[in-house]
Amino acid sequence: MITGEDVDHISWLASIKVAENEKEEFVGQFNTVLDYFHQLDELDTEDVEPTYRVVDIVNVFREDVAKESLPQEEALCNAPKRENDYFKSPRIV
Amino acid sequence: MLRELKEEIASGSAEEVISALLERVKRSRLNAYNALAEESALARARKFDGSPWAGRMAGIPIAIKDSISTRGIETTCSSRILQGYIPPYDAHVIERLKAEGAIIIGKTNMDEFCMGTSTETSCFGPTRNPWNTERVPGGSSGGSAAAVAAGEAPCSLGSDTGGSIRCPASFCGIVGMKPTYGLVSRYGLISYANSLEQIGPLASTVEDAALVLEVIAGHDPRDSTSAKTEGGYLDGLEGGVKGMVCGVPKEYLGEGVDNSVERLVWDAISVLEDLGASWREVSLPHTKYALAAYYIIAMSEASSNLARFDGLRYGLRVGTDKDWHTTFSDIRAAGFGPEVKRRILLGTYALSAGYYGRYYLKALKVRTLIKEDFQRAFHDVDVLVTPTMPFPAFRIGERIQDLLSLYMADVFTVPINLAGVPAISLPCGFAGGLPVGLQIVGDHFAEKTIFRASRAYEDATPHHAARPHEVI
Repeated sequence: MITGEDVDHISWLASIKVAENEKEEFVGQFNTVLDYFHQLDELDTEDVEPTYRVVDIVNVFREDVAKESLPQEEALCNAPKRENDYFKSPRIV
Repeated sequence: MLRELKEEIASGSAEEVISALLERVKRSRLNAYNALAEESALARARKFDGSPWAGRMAGIPIAIKDSISTRGIETTCSSRILQGYIPPYDAHVIERLKAEGAIIIGKTNMDEFCMGTSTETSCFGPTRNPWNTERVPGGSSGGSAAAVAAGEAPCSLGSDTGGSIRCPASFCGIVGMKPTYGLVSRYGLISYANSLEQIGPLASTVEDAALVLEVIAGHDPRDSTSAKTEGGYLDGLEGGVKGMVCGVPKEYLGEGVDNSVERLVWDAISVLEDLGASWREVSLPHTKYALAAYYIIAMSEASSNLARFDGLRYGLRVGTDKDWHTTFSDIRAAGFGPEVKRRILLGTYALSAGYYGRYYLKALKVRTLIKEDFQRAFHDVDVLVTPTMPFPAFRIGERIQDLLSLYMADVFTVPINLAGVPAISLPCGFAGGLPVGLQIVGDHFAEKTIFRASRAYEDATPHHAARPHEVI
């Protein structure tokens, strides 16, 4: 069972603030959905390999050749806050 | 139809065709489009009329789902968190379309970040089904499907993570194709669940869908999962189905499927039989576990992929900056809608310490079982024939409050993404005035077989030609 405290913890992990009035609704919905997920417990998958990729792929290597990249001005054009040629972030420390 | 349109444009005027389309969209109340690229589309059309260029889609207008990056055209994924975002580059598929001469006319509405089955979770409000405006168009590529069905675009691109091309194609009575995983580059597709999603075409006919796929498919080194394939989807389109073996999975009919839908699917199987195909019952025994496995994997991948939306490099920024974590948590709370929050939070939970084995790893193992179901089936049959959706389009508001009932609508589409195989939805008749879709599934990279079967069925039936009245 997921509790309100669990939702607080997940909200912190996911960096999404959850308002008090949302929390109760999420608790109910999450328990319903997780209950549904638990039907997978019926299956014995002890000896089954997980599938991460459906098509066979191998590592692709290439020469490290310098190519033209996105011009700085274009890379910055969607930034809500910038300072000179940088993205401006909130304080980290 | 695209072939005829191309000739019409070449001998007439791209500008006239495109202005007429844009006028039609502006009159419409379907809400199929998030943004029209009026200026750039008309400028390109005039340029084409002045000195026409060659190309497989020369002069042809196309609408693009708003999850696909278009240089210079706002791309939002129907989310508040991306409103105002103008991509500085084109997705691979857009480069391909432009290289073949197509003209992008606008961006279509969708469920926020592709998370939905009805186009109701869009921050721009729902798109309406052109066959009945009280009904949903399906989702998540609802705008792309409604636009084609209503004559607001001759063809469009969608993206399909768990049915998001096939579901709206089914509900809107058009053709929609999800290619084999890896066939079309995902470079520039705003990622939701990267191991499941593919870009694909929506169109009025099988031939049109094959043409658009021919243009957008192909290897791209910028997508590490991109496959090297030969293409040629228009070749042998009219080869017919003589000798083809169709599998009918018993888990895809019966309980939970509307009687009217089931009847139309059997009618379609008879048509294929009359054309020289045979059918046999097959079993995909892990089908009932596909939904749970799908949602665990999709939510887990979403929680990682959507971590990039932090209001730093693009997107919404709210309030005054506080510390890093508080600022981003506030931005993400204000920018994401409820379904996106739910999926990120549940995905975060499924991946968190102590739960990884129980949910994510378990789902990946079940994914193996589902993939093996399909592999076994394709030993014996060439294609699988199923309903696309268990029922026709439901009412706006009917399911959105009941999460599980909405998720369960995807029961026949998500196994295909888990297995990574290709599938098409094509019109197979009407139930209560609403279109019903037939799903034809093939083995990995068997797109040509699917198109050949679909074309044979289309040639023998009138359903694809039916169009709704114009919605104004």
